[in-house]
Amino acid sequence: MSAATKGSGTTWVGRAIRRLEDPALVTGRGRFTADLPAAHWVRFVRSPVAAGTIKKIKPPDGAFVVTAAELAGVKPIKPMLYKFNYRPIGQPILADGVVRFTGECIAAAIAASEEEAEDIADAVEVEIDETAPLIDARDAASSAALHPEAPDNVIVNAQVKTPEFDTAWRNAHRIVRLEARSRRQNATPMEPRAAHAAYDPATGRITLTCTTQMPHLTRTAIADLLDMPESDLRVIAPDVGGGFGQKMSLPPEYVLIAWLAREHRSSFAWTEDRRENLIASYHSRDQYIALDGAFDADGKLIALSADVLANIGAYSCFPTTCGVEPLMAMAEIPGPYDVRHYACTARGVATNTCPMAPYRGVSRPVITFALERLMDKAAVELGINPIDIRRRNLIDQFPYTSAMGLVFDEATYKETLELAVKHVDVPAFRARQQALRKQGRYLGLGFCTFSERTGYGSPAFAARGMAITPGWEMVELTMDPSGFVELRIGTSPHGQGLRTTLAQIVADQLGIEPQRIKVIHGDTDRSPYGWGTFASRSLVISGGATLIAAQKLRAKIIKLATHMLEAAPEDIVLGDSAATVAGTDRSIAIAALARDAYHQTHRFKGEIEPGMTEAGHYDPPGTFSNACHVAMVEVDIETGQVKVEKFIAAEDCGRIINPMIADGQVHGGIAQGIGNAILEEILYDENGTILSSTLADFLPPTAHEIPPIELHHLETHTTATNLQAKGLGEGGAIGSPAAVMNAINDALSPFGVAIDEMPATPQRIRAALRARQQTETAA
Amino acid sequence: MKPAPFVRHTPRTLDEALAILAEVAPQDGRVLAGGQSLVPIMAFRMARPAHLVDINEVAGLDKLIVENGMLIVGARVRHGAFHKPVEPGPLGALLASVVHNIAHYPIRMRGTMCGSLAHADPSSEWCLTAATLDAELVARRKGGERIIPARDFFEGLMSTALKEDELLAEARYMLLPAGTKFGFNEFSRRAGDFAMSAALATYRIVDGRIADARVGVGGAEASPRRIPEAEAALNGQMPGDAAFRAAAEAASAAIDPLEDIQTTGEYRRDLVRAVVRRALEASVK
Ligand SMILES: Cc1cc2nc3c(=O)[nH]c(=O)nc-3n(C[C@H](O)[C@H](O)[C@H](O)COP(=O)(O)OP(=O)(O)OC[C@H]3O[C@@H](n4cnc5c(N)ncnc54)[C@H](O)[C@@H]3O)c2cc1C
Repeated sequence: MSAATKGSGTTWVGRAIRRLEDPALVTGRGRFTADLPAAHWVRFVRSPVAAGTIKKIKPPDGAFVVTAAELAGVKPIKPMLYKFNYRPIGQPILADGVVRFTGECIAAAIAASEEEAEDIADAVEVEIDETAPLIDARDAASSAALHPEAPDNVIVNAQVKTPEFDTAWRNAHRIVRLEARSRRQNATPMEPRAAHAAYDPATGRITLTCTTQMPHLTRTAIADLLDMPESDLRVIAPDVGGGFGQKMSLPPEYVLIAWLAREHRSSFAWTEDRRENLIASYHSRDQYIALDGAFDADGKLIALSADVLANIGAYSCFPTTCGVEPLMAMAEIPGPYDVRHYACTARGVATNTCPMAPYRGVSRPVITFALERLMDKAAVELGINPIDIRRRNLIDQFPYTSAMGLVFDEATYKETLELAVKHVDVPAFRARQQALRKQGRYLGLGFCTFSERTGYGSPAFAARGMAITPGWEMVELTMDPSGFVELRIGTSPHGQGLRTTLAQIVADQLGIEPQRIKVIHGDTDRSPYGWGTFASRSLVISGGATLIAAQKLRAKIIKLATHMLEAAPEDIVLGDSAATVAGTDRSIAIAALARDAYHQTHRFKGEIEPGMTEAGHYDPPGTFSNACHVAMVEVDIETGQVKVEKFIAAEDCGRIINPMIADGQVHGGIAQGIGNAILEEILYDENGTILSSTLADFLPPTAHEIPPIELHHLETHTTATNLQAKGLGEGGAIGSPAAVMNAINDALSPFGVAIDEMPATPQRIRAALRARQQTETAA
Repeated sequence: MKPAPFVRHTPRTLDEALAILAEVAPQDGRVLAGGQSLVPIMAFRMARPAHLVDINEVAGLDKLIVENGMLIVGARVRHGAFHKPVEPGPLGALLASVVHNIAHYPIRMRGTMCGSLAHADPSSEWCLTAATLDAELVARRKGGERIIPARDFFEGLMSTALKEDELLAEARYMLLPAGTKFGFNEFSRRAGDFAMSAALATYRIVDGRIADARVGVGGAEASPRRIPEAEAALNGQMPGDAAFRAAAEAASAAIDPLEDIQTTGEYRRDLVRAVVRRALEASVK
């Protein structure tokens, strides 16, 4: 290895090494929940209707079928928020007399194989007295209550208004209004949900293997609901085929699988099919957002008022509660702009639809879409170009404390905008746009600047008043006697490449190669308690804790080396898997040091503790990544079809640990964002029947729909985190929908129509064009 | 997502297949060809056939030949067989230009043309092709055979003139005269998705003018069909923008559009206008 790896320089951090987790995954050797054998397979009988009272559940004779009647001792899922007029509502594990959404579990049919279980489920007779469902959040007040605790169906209701808001409002030069509608989505991870629970007759323990983003919290939640000690429940998240937030909420199905294993002292498994995933796994982003921006004559946003109405579905998800979307919207609507006066009402209402849970970016793809449309609309009304209006409003003094009290650490809002503008070559694009319009072709260019709050610890979560307040992370780092390293973490990566990036961080501290470091996660028996992987937090927080533990272990290695090499600690250099006295050829292999730390401890005369294990914990305040996304689209005005021609993103996530992995995160997010903007939509009819229950109806983008993506990076080494890194897991998905929507609107500008509803389907675009033509013909 | 129980039969000869079909058809028996439509709907339990007569090993059904001026496509011929022209004339080129619009590569390697025709999805490219070119569909049953013209074959959404004990043994297409122009266009939300509207046009040029125009529209009505109004707008005209637009308008006005919660009749007409004109434009490229 080159001399460059000597010392504790940043030789592994910053390199695009290949992902250590990939060989198993790409050769079919990954281990997923559904690979486990089980004695019993479960198929859920699901409600075919959105609302009603269960009159009868009649299993076929002799069949093994479980209903709510057998679950008397099991508590409902009932997460809690202590603020924002939250009304706690419970979700029974199996529908208890009432069904509240199409796809809700009514009974579990059990057999020796999945096929037989499905045959039994099929033969269970269910009779439901249907009642009129509530589907659209706007009808909440005029509909019957889903839950007695919330007669008006409002589950969470928050308001803020900064002190000088009214004065600022009155002094505005111009008020611009934007009404945005975001349709419902499903995160559609490649691997749908799955759970497997086994009973150990020797210990009486249950091992629940499931596809989850938060194994420890799953353990806490299920132990609470089943009233058992947490130590009697082991939760394993093996390889997890994507989650995107859908797997950070507790599914009632998992609770039932664990209960069955305990109750029947055997193994039980369930693998969701795609239809179940689309209708009954969590949905997201069904929101109405109305923004009023008060601008001065120069296009500076003086005051912003927002009304957020989030459809939270039939129940409140655990652990975040259904406040997660409306409250995040409220906290972050002002985005990366310097706006001192802000007022917001944010409500979450229950409806007879599948429950909502976080999905990559949570509310931010929606609020960014609304705010960025507002900025473009204001630009048009004020006669400024869309780039200039952003230049005039982006924050550029740090730290910046927002109207909502969020502290923005140093970032590059304006710099990433300028970088993107440079790579777009706006004058060339405008010329091409003009030329093609003459041929009946309509190109559009759309910008989006945004911030991505990442890596926030418990103080930030505490602001939400959750009974369960996540934030910190712990790790344990052990070098074994052979000199190999095991890092045990509480986060639960499922595709993000953390086994590689954390190994890179450790490698630099210990002077060994990342290949010698195994990252252990997703097993409550093996890893320290942790919150799991969500909210762009794992690299920053788990990585921060890893850095701390690695620095401690490094100190111990140096101490051992000073004894063995009889040198001063400041002269010891770690690198090339050895400790060396600087400027000499005196050196000892780190593996030899490790051996001695266990087997020759008598040599250290009690001055060094035996073994090589260190722990680290980290709980940072949070940091903001930022980016400017630019979409170039062509709208086929005859059919309404949108084609994204090219996508450019200039982003800043602080120190980049592994550029290839960072690029992969942004690429994937942008692909999802394009799906969000033009394709994906969960659709209910007015009876609450879900019409998008297959992947022929719910349309994630394929490789054909994703254009070439050009990425540019800036690296602001933030002082807000010990790694100087910021999270970037969600940004790709946050900015891209807005960029695409602005581009579509730019393309349609000659027709004077606006599309403020996502997804911008061809039907919606044609309908808008036709409505415009009709008013013109009438006029 | 597992099919309900069923019995699978694997005949080796056509007679054997027809005999089994005759026996099991009344007990909800069905033909299994490529399985690319049937298996998914069985997995959803929207179809629960008690018996499947799997024709994948039936000798002779893989026939793909030209005989007496007709292209004969047996029931086992996969979509993928048309990736390259199956005959040197315009028909081979036409089928090769259409086939790439069907689904995705792995599906095209399994699904069959006759399976598509029997399935009669209104959006099917092969149904549109058969309707536009007036294909002949050869139905065989135990002890009998009949030839059904395409215009009588498609009876509505997923419904054909085939009797439950009939096997679609062959589709036959007249070869197209040398010099026949053709163009295809379809609209779908994503590449490979079922078309929300599709059009296929063929014609010849006689003395600089369009003759023998055929314009078929699929995906827009319950079954694909030729649109005489659009054909009339073309015949005798010079090929070009004016005639193509007139034909597109005529087709758009002539259809009885399928509607659903997302797709209004007006929108379907918009699509038909676009795909007909674009198919005609493709014919001169
Ligand atoms: C993701 C996806 C996308 C698709 N996209 C398209 C598309 O864009 N365009 C398109 O046209 N198709 C599409 N398909 C359908 C595909 O083309 C099927 O292959 C085709 O519709 C049916 O042919 P098959 O051989 O697979 O028939 P099967 O699935 O085996 O059978 C279909 C039906 O026809 C009956 N049948 C089959 N063969 C015969 C026969 N010889 N005689 C009597 N009855 C018979 C069966 O009993 C069954 O009812 C798609 C399929 C998938 C899974």
